[in-house]
Amino acid sequence: MRYAAGVDVGSTQTKAVILNEDRQIVGRGLQDTGANVTLAAERTFAATLRQAGLDREEVLYVVGTGYGRFRVTFGNAQITEISCHAKGAVSFFPQTRTVIDMGGQDAKGIKIGPGGEVADFAMNDKCAAGTGRFLGNAADTLGLSLDEIGPLSLRGTLPVRLSTVCTVFVESDIMAYLAQGKRVEDILAGVHSAIAARTISLVRRVGLEPEITFTGGVSRNIGMVRALEEKLGGSINVSPEAHYMGALGAALFALERTLHLAPEMSLEVASG
Amino acid sequence: MGDAKTSYQGRIHLLQKELMGQYYDALTAAAAGGGAPAAYMLISGNPVELVRAFGMLPVYPEVNALQIAVKKQALPYILKAEELGYSVDNCAYVKADIGLYFSGRQAPFGTIPEPGLILCNYVGCNVYLNWFEHLHEYTQAEIFPLDIPFVRDPSAPRREDLEYVVAQLRELIAVCERITGKPLDWEYLRHICALSARTGELWAQIKHLTKHVPCPLDAYFDAVTLMGPLYCLRGTEDGLRFFEEAYREVKERTELGLGPLPEERYRFVIEGPPPWPYLRVFRDLFSRWGAVAVASTYSTVGGLWEFGFAHDPDHPLESIARHMLFWNLTNRDLLRRYEQIRRYVQEWNADALIIHSVKSCRLFSAGQGDMREYFTKELGVPTLLVESDLEDPRYFSEAQMRNRIDAFFESLEHRKLVGAGARP
Repeated sequence: MRYAAGVDVGSTQTKAVILNEDRQIVGRGLQDTGANVTLAAERTFAATLRQAGLDREEVLYVVGTGYGRFRVTFGNAQITEISCHAKGAVSFFPQTRTVIDMGGQDAKGIKIGPGGEVADFAMNDKCAAGTGRFLGNAADTLGLSLDEIGPLSLRGTLPVRLSTVCTVFVESDIMAYLAQGKRVEDILAGVHSAIAARTISLVRRVGLEPEITFTGGVSRNIGMVRALEEKLGGSINVSPEAHYMGALGAALFALERTLHLAPEMSLEVASG
Repeated sequence: MGDAKTSYQGRIHLLQKELMGQYYDALTAAAAGGGAPAAYMLISGNPVELVRAFGMLPVYPEVNALQIAVKKQALPYILKAEELGYSVDNCAYVKADIGLYFSGRQAPFGTIPEPGLILCNYVGCNVYLNWFEHLHEYTQAEIFPLDIPFVRDPSAPRREDLEYVVAQLRELIAVCERITGKPLDWEYLRHICALSARTGELWAQIKHLTKHVPCPLDAYFDAVTLMGPLYCLRGTEDGLRFFEEAYREVKERTELGLGPLPEERYRFVIEGPPPWPYLRVFRDLFSRWGAVAVASTYSTVGGLWEFGFAHDPDHPLESIARHMLFWNLTNRDLLRRYEQIRRYVQEWNADALIIHSVKSCRLFSAGQGDMREYFTKELGVPTLLVESDLEDPRYFSEAQMRNRIDAFFESLEHRKLVGAGARP
């Protein structure tokens, strides 16, 4: 059996996925990126190898992706996370025409062409407004964990209207609402709604054609999934592997290169 | 994808360095006292011929600002202007120049003389009007604002607009006569216009040579090297000699099938000025993909010679007026800009359009979202919009820029592969 891997070094977390030649996931790993990007990539990959019960030599090709892709020193190639998220999303949901990817520091809209390729994309510019970091700051201000805020936001009945989606100023906005006696649930509903609105306006630049697949770390937040669905007026695809989508797409590219497959031949992943 | 970096320098670059060095030496000498009065001007459709006819030294605060940025010295000047109260969002060219003024006009490459005349040949940008008003306020030098009507007719400048501008040029002549103490030598002006006509023609021919495959010189990253001489030396024998040499070199490269990169894999058209503080980094982000600019709108800010403009020695004032009104990028509306880019994409056989949007220039960035829509959705031209700044290094994030450019070329690469029958 031959294996290939993808390592996605994001601004907040590093993810790795190993696939076998039948496109089954045989290992996955996740660690905080921290200050030493190369070390984070190495450690995450080592942990993923251990989980898969594989030796380093058995993995024939590694693709690095994410902001730290050029620091994946053991990688054979680097591909942007834009291409990798698109690849991963299409592998799970072949009818995907639009990918919404929300990570720690950026939000992207990717338009998928008829061949499953990236046809166009739009990203937030040098400002973390409306990204995972914004949610992190909101959670910190309220003394909650990231995992708690999504479900809590669904219990909001009167969402507050945030005057900003600025990651820095959100704190004072939230403090002001707390001072006014607003419920935490309503504040969180407002937070999620504000980000959803901003993200949708970003993605509209490339068009919002269905099916829409939501990827990236923030897609684990059920409050964000619902807020996006509510504003879009329909359901969106979210894979249980959504958080690993960049690493998975990178692993698919790696597998294609190992097996010398043509690009459009490997669009289906069997999740093992 | 290789790691090819551009190493092409060529005679053009060496000669440009030499001539621009001499130009700045002349400015420094003028700043030291005596000599001809300096006329401050703006690049767009500049009437350098008229200023030169009086023996005045043309000074372009925009060129000074960009030279400072290329030398990675812009930020201290920008911060100086911000200390004076200029907003963070204000045009960074303006701030770098104002900062330079209040640093004793000492640039890393020479000293800029005080203005003898502030010729506000305002075309297309209202912030620039204020910029020159401020310079007037600080220096107390005489200011002459030229009012250039925005082009309202897509086919040609209107007769009444031409007459309006020519009448102002006649007033300007009287001002220059008073400042320099000598009457205009019409024969000399005609001679200068003839030199400019020949220079413009060579520049246009170089632009048309970039239609060749491979493109003989990068029509953005190399073309900017030719822009300094085009503005600072146009209408002189030196300027003409530079363009004769440049044309010979580009023609020779065309015949030899040489391009700026070892292999030309993609041809792109680019809109917007370069991020001067990161010019090299920005260029290499494209070179890595074997991507060469075959045409650029930025190189037409000073004039649109490649689409048929030439100074007319027999009608000097009218041709200067035509240049200012009609034959430069910035006095044209968005639809004319679309049309120009569409011609480049089609006639220069480009694969893609890159838009470099300038954070501190809302005026020209304003329509670029629509421009992107038009080219991707209406014409099906793959278009990438990236944003940083032309002068302020704080707006350039290499990781972010690289991510966008890499993703864009990855998708072009995929299309190429699939289009070529899924070659692995």
